[in-house]
Amino acid sequence: MPAVVRPGVPPAKAIALGRPALPEEIAAWNIDVRADGEGLPAGKGSVKQGEELFLQSCAVCHGEFGEGAGRWPVLAGGRGTLKSDRPEKTIGSFWPYASTVFDYVHRAMPFGNNQSLTPDETYAIVAYLLNLNDLVPEDFVLSKENFPKVSLPNEATFYDDDRETTEKSFWKAAPCMKDCSGEVHVTARAQILNVTPDADPPKGNLE
Amino acid sequence: MPDNTVPRTGHSAGNGAAPALSRRRFLSVAGQGAVVSAGVAAAATGPLLAAPAAAGPDPNIVPVPNWSKALGAGVNVNPYGKPSKFEKDVVRREVTWLTASSESSVSFTPLYALDGTITPNGLCFVRHHGGEAEIDPDKYRFMVHGLVDRELVFTLEDIKRMPGRVNRAYFLECAANSGMEWRGAQLNGCQFTHGMIHNVYYTGVPLRAFLDVAGVKPKGKWVLAEGADAAVMTRSIPIEKALDDCLVAFAMNGEALRPEQGYPVRLVVPGWEGNMWVKWLRRIKVGDQPWQQREETSKYTDLLADGRSRRFTFIMDAKSVVTSPSPQAPLKQKGPTVLTGIAWSGRGAIRRVDVSLDGGRNWTTARIEGPNTPMSMTRFYLDFDWGGEELMVQSRAMDDTGYVQPTKQELRAIRGTNSIYHNNGIQTWLVRSNGETENVEVG
Repeated sequence: MPAVVRPGVPPAKAIALGRPALPEEIAAWNIDVRADGEGLPAGKGSVKQGEELFLQSCAVCHGEFGEGAGRWPVLAGGRGTLKSDRPEKTIGSFWPYASTVFDYVHRAMPFGNNQSLTPDETYAIVAYLLNLNDLVPEDFVLSKENFPKVSLPNEATFYDDDRETTEKSFWKAAPCMKDCSGEVHVTARAQILNVTPDADPPKGNLE
Repeated sequence: MPDNTVPRTGHSAGNGAAPALSRRRFLSVAGQGAVVSAGVAAAATGPLLAAPAAAGPDPNIVPVPNWSKALGAGVNVNPYGKPSKFEKDVVRREVTWLTASSESSVSFTPLYALDGTITPNGLCFVRHHGGEAEIDPDKYRFMVHGLVDRELVFTLEDIKRMPGRVNRAYFLECAANSGMEWRGAQLNGCQFTHGMIHNVYYTGVPLRAFLDVAGVKPKGKWVLAEGADAAVMTRSIPIEKALDDCLVAFAMNGEALRPEQGYPVRLVVPGWEGNMWVKWLRRIKVGDQPWQQREETSKYTDLLADGRSRRFTFIMDAKSVVTSPSPQAPLKQKGPTVLTGIAWSGRGAIRRVDVSLDGGRNWTTARIEGPNTPMSMTRFYLDFDWGGEELMVQSRAMDDTGYVQPTKQELRAIRGTNSIYHNNGIQTWLVRSNGETENVEVG
């Protein structure tokens, strides 16, 4: 009779499922780069090389200077806008870590031709993006070695979820049920904007 | 129609309380449906009030309809069944101006037309960042590596052979659901304001089982989950959550995952923002700190009014919305009205839902009906009699931690209007006297 794995008991570590991952397999998928630089591949690239690559592969959506074309993301500028009514959240104005730029460009860009950039090309494009954001000079060469020295301006403004403290007042034993406010008026209407796609809403049929 | 004589006597038919009718007579009358009810309605009293009699015979009744005469389709005309053609408008919809491309975009669940708690697979909203990957299940691989004793590769068959398979219903809500409404009422319909959510019955294996087989080293404090699509989506998840209730799921509502939902395998992260529910899951890496990936730095961080930003805002707070009436589901008739909606919380089960018809001045506790389990969608109803007066309909959810869904004003007072994500503020629908319903804000 076969051994029965009892419900509620975590599977034994000796379970004969899954096979060892080979080093080449891990290397093929293990492309993530952390904020401390762990995961960065060997390589380097200059702002100048990055500019050429960017114009070839990126500028059609992101603009020649990272200013964005149409609705495509803006990659540069926006410094000092985060408290404004219309913040512009770019690599230079918002992103906390340069490692994320390397990781994401290497992982998922150019959009539609993803994972086509070599490590050297990625270093070069990141160098160009840093330059567009006035963070490194035009003759800068980014490499695995000097990457940890690059920091982005907005890093210090991020903090972990604090809702349970700052929104503590939302936990209430007995919310108001009766006569909770004075007169209530409509203050905003979606219909005025008229940006909803045609959803064929059925009309009321009251006479 | 000798038996259809309507007793226009003004008697109530409720509870057999009509003194002039013998019990035999009452049963006979009660069995005659609408025509009899007209007489009852003339009384204008009692609980079984109904509509007046028709002027003439209903053409949907008197000639025998075609569907009662001719044979219908055979049993296998649609080997995989589809909704009735009369339900053709109940579909996902896209708001094209929201995003630059349809491959990194979102479509919305038609909440206004749904009931109960389970979202049909074909109507579950879709959020892609690199389009829909088409993965051959025989070629699918799942890797667990990093700070573990054994770095392993699993096939789909391996996953299905793992002991400890579970079935769980959970809501998946996009962090950006209602995000377009931070500045005010913008989109007209709960499909658009609240439709980045679905609630599905998942079958899968606890992520913990794979981490146990691999053996997490003591330094392992976070996991990175990664997808196999063109976005190669990644998110960092604390090890406590990974070992608690995350699932490596391969089925939804009893069948294989839909391609747009991550076929053949997705991560289920109960109660947490939808972005973390990595589709086409290919890799779990164990590490000692978060990876600060694009989707947890540039995106899915919440900019507050002071220019600082919250990060790792994983939990989706208690929220609700009235799905009918709503702009796409206006009221069509005065009289008996069934108000219905959904409520959910990433912190636990919904304990209570209150409904206001006057913009939040007065509240009535709604009736919860059906499954009411933690981190899953809950259905509520409020039956009322509508006299054609203007309504300002709101719902307010409370979960079993005591969290009460806030107003939008309360949220904005703390967060400002630029945080994009996690808008769980109370929704107001203005029902006009002709039944048409609008997305509004009140104050």
